[in-house]
Amino acid sequence: MRLICPCCGWRDRREFTYMGADDYLHRPVPDAPPEAWDEYLHNRTNPAGAARDLWYHDPCGTWVCITRDTITHAVTDGTRLEDAQ
Amino acid sequence: MIELTPAPAFAALSLPVTGAGTRIDALPPARITALAPYCGQLQALHALLGGFPEPGQVLELDGLRLVWAGRDLAFAFGEALPTGIEAHAALTDQSDGWAGLSLTGPGAEALLARRLPFDVRRMAVPGAARSLLGHMPVLVIALGRDEFELWLWRSMAACVLHHLTPV
Repeated sequence: MRLICPCCGWRDRREFTYMGADDYLHRPVPDAPPEAWDEYLHNRTNPAGAARDLWYHDPCGTWVCITRDTITHAVTDGTRLEDAQ
Repeated sequence: MIELTPAPAFAALSLPVTGAGTRIDALPPARITALAPYCGQLQALHALLGGFPEPGQVLELDGLRLVWAGRDLAFAFGEALPTGIEAHAALTDQSDGWAGLSLTGPGAEALLARRLPFDVRRMAVPGAARSLLGHMPVLVIALGRDEFELWLWRSMAACVLHHLTPV
């Protein structure tokens, strides 16, 4: 599996560390209702098709939002986290 | 004050090593300063230094080699940092933490191809890349198609050399 780092280009999966779905980009405000926090912390969709995940490129220190397809395994995009938010 | 004795990183290891069309030798210790530009200071830093490396770039400037070393980070190799630079970037002396190896010869690319998880043949010359050798972080500098520098954490010098040594 190869992923795209916005700094380094296509790199082997072993250079990356997985964080989770891009739901982590949408943190509720501190006084949001418990349902919003429950949604943020625990509930994930299980898409067949396009999925967005957060990965860390260990060698260069860049957080990346990867777009991939869970059916074909195609990796189509890698965006710096600050640009993805 | 305690007087410390400088010791080369590869002193106990038998270098140079040759084989598989490659010669691996230790590089002399370098003054390395990490430059991390402060928010909004990149242009000022650019003007002061005469350039700042984009991802993958190596810039040979006046008495200073600037190497891209990660996201918003460059390593300056050399002593000649301009005065006033500390206003524009966080500076960290990295000299003691890193050790350098030179890999030269027609077999160098093939040797690295077996050990690094990316294609060094696609590196620009001169060019820089961060990657992993085994589990160890490295900074690869391509100076020619048959001339590479490998900078690694000094504490892992023996282990890197073990992984590199042609069988």
